[in-house]
Order: sequence, then C-alpha cells, then structure tokens
Amino acid sequence: MDKTVAIELKGITKTFGEVIANNNVDLTAYRGEVLSILGENGSGKTTLMNMIAGIYFPDEGEIRIDGEIVSIRSPKDAFDHRIGMIHQHFKLVDVFSAADNILLGEKYKGFDVKEEKQRLLDAFAEENAAFEAYKPEEHTGILSYMFAPKFHDEKEIKRKLSAVPLKKFTNRMKFGWLSRGRAKSLQQIAKKYGFAIDLKKRIHDMSVSEKQTVEIIKVLYRNADILILDEPTAVLTPQEIDKLFGVLRKMREDGKCVIIITHKLNEVMEISDRVAVMRKGEHIATVNTADTNEQQLTEMMVGKKIELNINRTEPQEPTDRLVVEHVSAISREGVKILDDVCFEARSGEILGIAGIAGSGQRELLESIAGLQKLNGGDIWYFDPSNDNEKVDLRSKTPLQIRNLGVRLSFVPEDRLGMGLVGNMDLIDNMMLRSYRHTITLKPEDGEVKEAEDCEDKLDTKIKLKRGLTKLGRGIASGAVKIWSSVFLDRKSPKTLAETIVQDLEVVTPSTHTPVRRLSGGNVQKVLVGREIAAAPTVLMAAYPVRGLDINSSYTIYNLLNAQKEKGVAVIYVGEDLDVLIELCDRIMVICGGKVTGIVDGRTAQKEQLGLMMLGRVCETEPQETLKEGVGDDKD
Amino acid sequence: MLIMFLKNAIRLSATFLYGATGEIVIEKGGHLNLGIPGVMSIGAAAGCLTEYALVTSIGNSSPALLILLPLLVTILAGVLMGLLYCFLTVTLRANQNVVGLAMTTFGIGLAGYLVNNESDIYIIGSVGSVFNNMFNVPQDANGFVQVFFSHGILVYLAVIIAIAAQIVLSKTRLGLNLRAVGENPATADAAGINVTKYKYISTCVGCAISAIGGLFCIMDYMGGNWGDGYTLEGFGWLSLALVIFTMWRPSLAILGSIIFAGLYTFSNFAGIAAYQKDFVNILPYAVTIVILILTSIFDKKKKVQPPAALGVPYFREER
Amino acid sequence: MTKTKKIREPLIHLVKRDDLPGWKAWGIRALSIVGAFVFICLLSFIVLKRSPFQIVKFMFEGAFGSKLSTLVLFRDLSILLIISLAVTPAFKMKFWNIGAEGQVLISAWGAVLCMYYLGGKIPNGALIFIMLLSSMTFGILWAVIPAIFKAKWGTNETLFTLMMNYIAIQIVLGSTKIWAGVTSTGVLHPLQYGHLPQVAGGDYALSMIVAAVITLLLFFYMRFSKHGYELSVVGESRNTARYIGISVPKVIVRTLVLSGAICAVAGFLLAGGIMHTVGSGTVGGQGFTAVLVSWLAQFNPIAMIVVSFVVIFISKGTTRVMENCGIANSFFSQVLTGTLFFIIIACEFFIRYRVLPRKRHKAVAPREDLDDDSVEVVEDFAEPDIVIEEPLSEADDDKQETRDEDVEHSQEETVC
Repeated sequence: MDKTVAIELKGITKTFGEVIANNNVDLTAYRGEVLSILGENGSGKTTLMNMIAGIYFPDEGEIRIDGEIVSIRSPKDAFDHRIGMIHQHFKLVDVFSAADNILLGEKYKGFDVKEEKQRLLDAFAEENAAFEAYKPEEHTGILSYMFAPKFHDEKEIKRKLSAVPLKKFTNRMKFGWLSRGRAKSLQQIAKKYGFAIDLKKRIHDMSVSEKQTVEIIKVLYRNADILILDEPTAVLTPQEIDKLFGVLRKMREDGKCVIIITHKLNEVMEISDRVAVMRKGEHIATVNTADTNEQQLTEMMVGKKIELNINRTEPQEPTDRLVVEHVSAISREGVKILDDVCFEARSGEILGIAGIAGSGQRELLESIAGLQKLNGGDIWYFDPSNDNEKVDLRSKTPLQIRNLGVRLSFVPEDRLGMGLVGNMDLIDNMMLRSYRHTITLKPEDGEVKEAEDCEDKLDTKIKLKRGLTKLGRGIASGAVKIWSSVFLDRKSPKTLAETIVQDLEVVTPSTHTPVRRLSGGNVQKVLVGREIAAAPTVLMAAYPVRGLDINSSYTIYNLLNAQKEKGVAVIYVGEDLDVLIELCDRIMVICGGKVTGIVDGRTAQKEQLGLMMLGRVCETEPQETLKEGVGDDKD
Repeated sequence: MLIMFLKNAIRLSATFLYGATGEIVIEKGGHLNLGIPGVMSIGAAAGCLTEYALVTSIGNSSPALLILLPLLVTILAGVLMGLLYCFLTVTLRANQNVVGLAMTTFGIGLAGYLVNNESDIYIIGSVGSVFNNMFNVPQDANGFVQVFFSHGILVYLAVIIAIAAQIVLSKTRLGLNLRAVGENPATADAAGINVTKYKYISTCVGCAISAIGGLFCIMDYMGGNWGDGYTLEGFGWLSLALVIFTMWRPSLAILGSIIFAGLYTFSNFAGIAAYQKDFVNILPYAVTIVILILTSIFDKKKKVQPPAALGVPYFREER
Repeated sequence: MTKTKKIREPLIHLVKRDDLPGWKAWGIRALSIVGAFVFICLLSFIVLKRSPFQIVKFMFEGAFGSKLSTLVLFRDLSILLIISLAVTPAFKMKFWNIGAEGQVLISAWGAVLCMYYLGGKIPNGALIFIMLLSSMTFGILWAVIPAIFKAKWGTNETLFTLMMNYIAIQIVLGSTKIWAGVTSTGVLHPLQYGHLPQVAGGDYALSMIVAAVITLLLFFYMRFSKHGYELSVVGESRNTARYIGISVPKVIVRTLVLSGAICAVAGFLLAGGIMHTVGSGTVGGQGFTAVLVSWLAQFNPIAMIVVSFVVIFISKGTTRVMENCGIANSFFSQVLTGTLFFIIIACEFFIRYRVLPRKRHKAVAPREDLDDDSVEVVEDFAEPDIVIEEPLSEADDDKQETRDEDVEHSQEETVC
C-alpha cells in the first residue's frame, strides 16, 4: 500500500491558563490507515485532535495537510480541508431531525460566472462541431432523428449565456431553501454507505448508537477524508463496536485517514495500524500495532510499570441489605424508564450494573436515593444497627431517608452538577452532607446524678446554686442550639476536608479552592471521600471512574473494595465491561429499564453481557442466580 | 363600535408585532434581550427627530420621503442598539439580563432626552396622517374594508415582516443554522457555522425590526405625539411577553398581537370611567400571566420550549 | 468574509480565568467606576459645552452642596440600597426577580391604603403598625405568587414578575384616582396621618438606619446562615440541592418571602416616611436599577453600598448640572446611569477573561509574567475601553474594530 501523508503536526503546544494540555507534539497520519491515539484521560489526546478540527487553535506549532502548511481557525476551515471529527459528546441539535443535523452549516459551493460561461461556450462549440461532422445517411430510420446533434445558433447561445448569472442566483436560492424531500435525498446517500437509519427521526428519540451513525454520515456527507473519532466505543455494546469497526475498516480501504482516540488497549490492538501514545500532553512514541503488545503500550501510556489487577476478595457472610421489588418509573415525557426492576444488594458484596448508557441506570440509583418518583414497586432496607429491621424507602425524600437512620451514600454520575457544587470550595462541599447538624450541649450526666443522690443532705443555698447552674446551662445549651440551628458550623467540615485531602492524596492548592478547578480525578476523590466519610451501609456509585486516569481509577476501585470488606453493600454502575467482570461479585444487566439478568462476576463472559445489554434475556445459568436471590428475599 | 374597536386593535397590534417578531429573531439566536423597550424608544426617537428635521426643512410636501427616511434612520438606530447589545453579550459575554435592563434604562433616557430637547417636537404631529390610512379608505366604507384596509403602510409591513421571518426561520437553511445557534452553539460551531456572525446579525436584524415598532407607535398609533416617553416601555415589555404567548412563532404573533392589542384598547371602548379603565387595563398583563402559568403546567412534554441555549454566552474554548 | 487563501491566524486569544485574586477583581471594578465617572463627565462636557471641571463642581454641588442635599442623597441611597438588598437573595438563587419595582410600589400602596381609610380614626402608633402589616402583606404577596408557580411548575419568573409590576402600577393608578376624587387629575396629595416618627429631626435618618441594619443582617444571613447556604446551593445547582435533600420549592418560596418583605420595608419607608402618598412614579424605576446594582456588586451587600452611592450620586449630580445649564429634563441622568452600567458590565469581561496576543514560534513565556502583566494592562487601558463602549457617539462599534482594539491593548502589553 502506498503511504501518502495526510496530516502532519509539528511542535504543537496548547495551554489553558496554567495547564499545559499539549507540549511540543509531533504526529503524522497517513492515508489508508487507522491511527490510534492512545493515552489516559487528561493526557491531551482530545485537545490535540480538537486543534485539527478547529475547535481550539494551537498556541504554537504548525499543521500540514498534504504537505502544505494550513491554518485551521474554525471548524469551517477544517471542513474546507476535508477534516471531520466525531466528538465524544455528540455535536447534534436534539430538537432537529437527523437530516437537518446533517445539512446543518453546509456551505453553498457556487460557480464562477466566467468559468461557467466558458464551459457552456465550449460545450456548444463541441456540439456544433459534432453537428457539422454528423452524417445522417450513416444512421437508419428513426434513430437518425433521435440521436442527431442539434445546432445552436448565435442567438440561442447568447440567451443561454445571459441566463448564467440568474442561474447562479436561482441555484443559490434553491440551495438556501429547505425542501420537503431533503430527508429522502439524504436517505439515499446514507443507503449508499450502507447505513440503515431513519433520517427523519429526531435526535432526542435516538439511541446512542444511532446518534453516532448520524455523526458519521454527517462527516461523510461533507466529503471528509480525514476522520477523527473521539472515544467512539465508550458507550457502545460489544456488538455495536464490531459494527463500527467494520465501517472504519471500509473507510480505510477507501483510502481515508482514520484517527481514533481511545484508552482501551484491546480496541487499539484490534483496529489500528499504528498507535501514537500520549502521556501528560506529550507524544511519547508512535509504533506499528503489529510490533507491540498491550503490556508495552501500557507502560508507555502510564510511564511506569503498574499492577493492573483488582484484588477481588470473597464476600464475607453476605446478607440482604437493600431489596428492590418490581420497581417501575415513568419519565416526564411519559416514557417507561424503569420497568419491573427486582434485585437485592447484599452486604460485603459489590453488585455491578451494566447496560447501554441511558438504560435506566441513573433512574434506578436515584429511585433508591429518593430522587425519582416511582410508579410502582417497593424498596426495602434492612437496618444492620437495628437487628436488620425492615425499613420502607419507597417514596421518601433524601432527607426522610436520612432521618430514618439509613446510612445510604450515593456517588452520582454528574459529579459537579449533582454530587458537588463546582463553584464552592472543598469545605462548603463537605458541608453539603452535614450542614444540617445542630450542636447540643450535653448535660454532664455524672454531676447531675451526684446532685440527685445527695439532694436532701444539701442546704438550700447550695441547692439554689446548683439550680441556677442547671438553669444557666440549660439556657446556654438552648442558645447554642438556636444559634447552631440558624448558623453554619464550618469547623468540622474543615477538619473533614483536610482529612480527605491527606488520606486520598487530593492535589489542591488549599481547602478553600473551588472544586471546579480541581482535575477530574481529584474531584472524584473529594466526592467519594465525602460519601465514604458518612460511614455508609449502602454505597452506590455511578460511573465513578469516568474520565479518570488509570491511577485515580485504581484508587477508586480500591476504595470500593475496602468498603466491601467493611461489610458495606456496594452498587457499582460501570461502562467498561472488563472492569465490571474483574471488580464485581455479581453483575446485573439492564436494557431499556428492564433487568435482563444477573450473572456471577467470576464466570461472566463479555459477549454474553453484550447480548444482555441489547435486551436478550438470559435463560440459563444467570437465571438460577436470580432465582436464588428471590429465594433469599422470602427469608 | 365593534368596527372601531377591531380597527383600533389591529392598528395597535403592529407595535406588538414588530416588538415580538424582533425579539423572536433575537431569541432564536440564543439571546434574551430585555432591552426591547429601550430599542423601541431609541428607534422612535431617531425616527421622530428625522421626521422633525424633514418637517422643518421641506414641510409635508413629499409623503414618500417623510415615511422612508425616518424608517431608514430608525432601522439604523435599531442596528446600532443591536451592535451595542451584541458587543457586550457576544464579544464580552456579559450577563444578558443585566445588559438588557441597562439598555432599557439607557434607551428610554436617551430617547427622552433627545426628543425633549426639541421644544417644538409636536409639529411632527402634522405629518402623522401620511403614516396612517395607506389606501385612503373613506370614513363611511363598509366594516370589513375599514377593519382591514384603513391602516398605514407600517401595519402591513409588520405583517409582511412577521410572515417573512416565519418563512426564513422554518423553511430556509439560514433559519436552520440560526436555530442551531440558539439551540446548541457548540454544535453549530462544529458544523462550521460562524456562531458570532449569526448572533450579531440576528440580534441586529431583530433590534431593527423592534425599532420600527417604536416609530410606528409614535408616528402612526399616537399620531406623532411623543407622550411622556414611558408608553413605549410598557409596549416593549408586552412584546416580550407576546414572544412566550406565541411560542416563538412569528406567524402566531400576528394573531397574538391582535389579541393583546384588543385587551389593551378594550377599556377605551367599554364606556367606563377613567379609574375603571385603569383597572380594566390590568387585563393584558393578567392574561399574559395566565398564559405563562398554563403553558408551564400543561406543557409537560416540554414541546413549547425556548431555544435551549437562550441566555447562555458561548465561549468555544470553555473547558 | 475574507477570501484570501493566505494563512491567517487569529490575532488574539481569550483565556478564561477564575484565579484572579479578589482584591484585583475589586480593584478593576473600582477603576472601572472611576473610569466611567470620568467618561460621564467628558460626555456631559461634549453635550453641554461646559468645562469638565465646572461639571464636576456642579455634580458635587448637586450631591453635597448643602446639608439638605447631602441628607436627601443618603436617604435616596438608603432606599435604593434596601431594594437592591431585597432582590439579592433571589438572584443568588438564580431566580430572576425583576419585579422589585412592583413589589415596592404595591407595598407603598398598601401603606397608603391604611393611611387613607384609617387615618385619624385610630391612634398614629396603631396606624403605623397596621400600615407596616399591610405593606408586608402586599409586598410578600407580589413576590411570592411568582415564586409559588416557579417552584411548583417552573413558570418563567422573569416575565411573571415583570407583568406583576404593571398590575401594581394599574392598581395604583386606578385607586389614586378614586382617592383623589374622580374629577381631579388623579394625583393623590400627601396625606396627614400615618407619618413615621422623625429621627434626628427629619425623615432622613430612619431610612439610613433601617438600610444599615438590613445590610448587616443580610450580609450575615447570606454568608453564615444555613438558609443562606441552602439558597446558594439551589442557585448553583438544583440537582445538587435535590441530591442532598434540600426542598427546592420550599427554599424558593422562603427566599422570595424574604425578598418581598425587604421590598415592603422600602415601600413602607417611601409611603409612610418620605412621600406620604403614592403614585405610579413613586418608585421611579429604582426596582430595575436595583437589579443592576445587585448584579454589579456581585451580590455582595457591602459592595452594594458603593454601587448604589455611585448611581444616586450621578443622578443627583446630573440633575444639578442640567438645572445649571438650563435644561429641565430628567432623562439625561438616565442616559448617564445607563452608560455607567455599560462600562462596568464591559469591565467584568476583563475580570473573567484574559486577552492575549497570539504567539507563534516562540517559547511559552513563564506563567508568572503573564499573570502580573495582564492585570496591569487591563487597568492601564480602562480608559480606551470606555471609548469602544459608546456606539452612539461613534458608529464604529463593529466587532472587527473592537477586536482590533483588543489586539492593540494586548500588543502593547507585550511591549511593556
């Protein structure tokens, strides 16, 4: 295969404030290959690609396309250089149809009036020449009339030429008009590329995979021949990933340059021809996939040899801590988001929840946390501090749940939008959980008792004095109570914040820094730290390692494992099936709000989970586990 | 009586229609402009002062010039206000509510100052007649003709602009791109649309349209009488309410503005005392509130929604 | 726009910053106020053709010329400050209450209602107490109705509160016509009863004392109380609030009760202590001005004192300037107030973003240098910025132009 350079980066540097996102990066990509850009979260892969796609502009360095230095100042420039990027967070307008999204921003490619006139003149001249040369006697019958060239006289030519500027105008207008049949004509283009999708559908009615298809059609429609895909597999099932890779391979055969950003090693090995490894904003090396292996790539990516094993211990005497029975919920749009969900979370065990993004994972956790209105079903909690007494959690607010003495901690998916307040500092964020506490002065029990014991022996003076002291203490305690019920106590949150910063090695200038300014991993440490500090008996974590680098991810896994060993019932919602299989004791798969099965984490197969994520209910072995679980309930 | 009422309502409706159409165009680009009252005032002042200059120099000899030149200056003034708003909210990314309110204060102040500076501004009242009754419909024409054809050119222009805005927004690529900017500027940007340019243009066009509303109100509806300078403010706010009332559709705004105008002029035709009129004039505001409440209660599926990025400044390199 | 195929690079480069130390941010704001003041004087000079020094002199005369005018200045400042404080908790919660105008007006009306119907029939002390109750009821009602709908159904509060303003105005217009007598012009003359007691020999000190107390209380409420904490969590993120079990509707309604109550205090002072009557112009747009004051002071009660002082100073000052120049119209002070707001709003940009020239084929400058320089440059160039902002004086407010201006600033920055 001949290798022509498609795009070349030289000395690219980009900084955001104090953060150096890319430092002096050189990179080359060829036509007819799939190049993987491998790196941890925060290693600057996306930033680098965003500079090619015109989202950012590099501080320094140059970009060459087909050998020529270019300046890509905006996505429009990128399109002009036939670069198309599919962002991790799809850039689609939800309320538009797929067709409108594809048409969006398309520029009219007009023609030059002079050139067009010349073209017409040439064409006429050619036809006239053909007419001169045409001999009717060589053809017979009716054919001689049908295929006879026409002669264009001067007048006709003049008329047609003068119509050119008008034609330019009408073409422009026609282009500007949104025709009714636009979806249909695009549909044909999609068909040509082999995509089966309804382009009249609105984006917000589409699945993740469909949205991605729309994005791909969009860049193909724009004739892009350098395609950049940012973490395209993150939200897909194994089956969908296979399909996507098929499309990518076809593109490679068409001679397009495909760049995919990822941090999953197995995918790198599967799809790419070459791998460029990035670490901390720098380009480490580019190697041929055939000449390397996963271990070597990991070392390049992380910088040091690290142990990538999750230490899974056997659960210690699991007992039911949380039982969810036949839970159903309907979204605001009237769509069923949870449909008859039943499962139980046991103490000392990690229950994994797998599923395509948006299958109801969030709603399920929020139902348990008291944030989602239920349309049916029960949620029971077995209080370990009270001899496993059954507590009803259904239709309770988070506050009511807490007041029942249920020690439920929840690490939500949206860290800065739900779990924490980005603009507040660490201390105020710690306070989110604890600010309601009121301090009360406890009467010193011993003294009161002593006073009661020898009551009659005392003379009135001392009695009076004691009484007054008691009264004074009462007033003081009342005052403190009122004060602390109105005003905030920032002391204990401060201590907590300091402890978390120290124990979890949170990198922050101080505890007074707004958490928004911390890196993703540190934000997550703060959030998980706060939730664990509440000494939970049930810990729910939704995508706790999303966007985290490997080291932070493993810190989180270890924290979850430590909680499990303490006897906490851990519920872990994840997207990386490999991690789920390695970490969890049991894995529940949901699809479209329905449980499609619960399998043992130690025996689960990725392909099997993938099928279940697509809605195939597992009939065999997992069902037994489920039955077992139901049996447990009745005890 | 009914004919007079309808005629008056349709006439006044043009003010609201201009204001609402302008604001819809602005909001489709993702900007909530609370400065519409200010823009209308400035537009009216610019137009009136031009009219004043014309009347003092050439008298009322050339009706076409008397309409076109002030109209042009009004549009220009509207565009300038739009540029000011855009510079602050798009380029400097300031809070839109705050800039809008400051524009209202500033606009009403400047308009009042400029107009009141000319002590004989009232003479523009003498040319008020060139603005209304475009077709010279006689007083005794039949009811239908009176209601629909006895208005000035600016009333018809308002309807034409509203229909044109509707067509552009829903039927052209220009409109599609603009709506994308208002819904999701990051997506529009990634699709190669110049977000800043679209925002600037939509805001300036919208402000220009609203400004014509100010001119119409003073020269046609009020017959060239400036009044106390605060009438326009009320009309401007009502236009903003009309945007929600009509669910961001200029075509519906044509009907909506007539309803609003009907509610507003109703008290003049009810044959009641002055103080009762004041109470009856609560109606348009109360109806707006009722509509706001009803749409928020019954719009469970969130079908009628403002552009998703309304009021959010866009910075491409946001991290 | 340009069709050149030449390689063109963006000339400037915006960087969002959120690490500007507080004192620097306030420094820029203070400078912008000073710059705005200078610009306003220049503008008056151009319009009125008097020497700038004379204008400044007139301004100070208008504000501090006599003991009386100083007292009036501080009294009006107090009222504006109270209204600004009233809208602040709601704004902090991102509840865009722009109905302070109506809330103050209707509570002033509530007080006058009692003065008109009960005046002379019951002792003054009791009357004042009932007036206060009535003010509070109406002020809170006007604020809480939109809040309830917002909390329950998410009704758009901006337009709701705006419409409530006009309902209040219509009610005042109608009822004053009844009270003044149907035949009269509809202006209700000051009433005899229900005057608030005079503190320190005038109607000035009371407003000031009340404003000072409310400022302090609100400062502590927002900074140290649990309610204040809850409302800032609700403002930052509704989801977080739900997550930690704050009842968002409850907080919204509670905060708007507070807002309405403080507005009612302003209305009560206006009606009972200062005007002794009510009319559609009683509040005079201060409800809207207060929104701007609150925002420009970044919801900081202490900074609000400064901002409202500047606003009132300019309004009093220009009124005197106009009187001395023989122009009797109040609109000019509105123009200047608007200009002041524009300039301060524009300067916020330099607090939130840093404008840097694009560097090419050069080593990255050490961070510390950039930081220090940029701040100073912003300060140095506070003046030219102001020229850009005024589009009506020059029609060159084009985007490209301003971009170029920015570039100039930043280029000179590197020269420094």
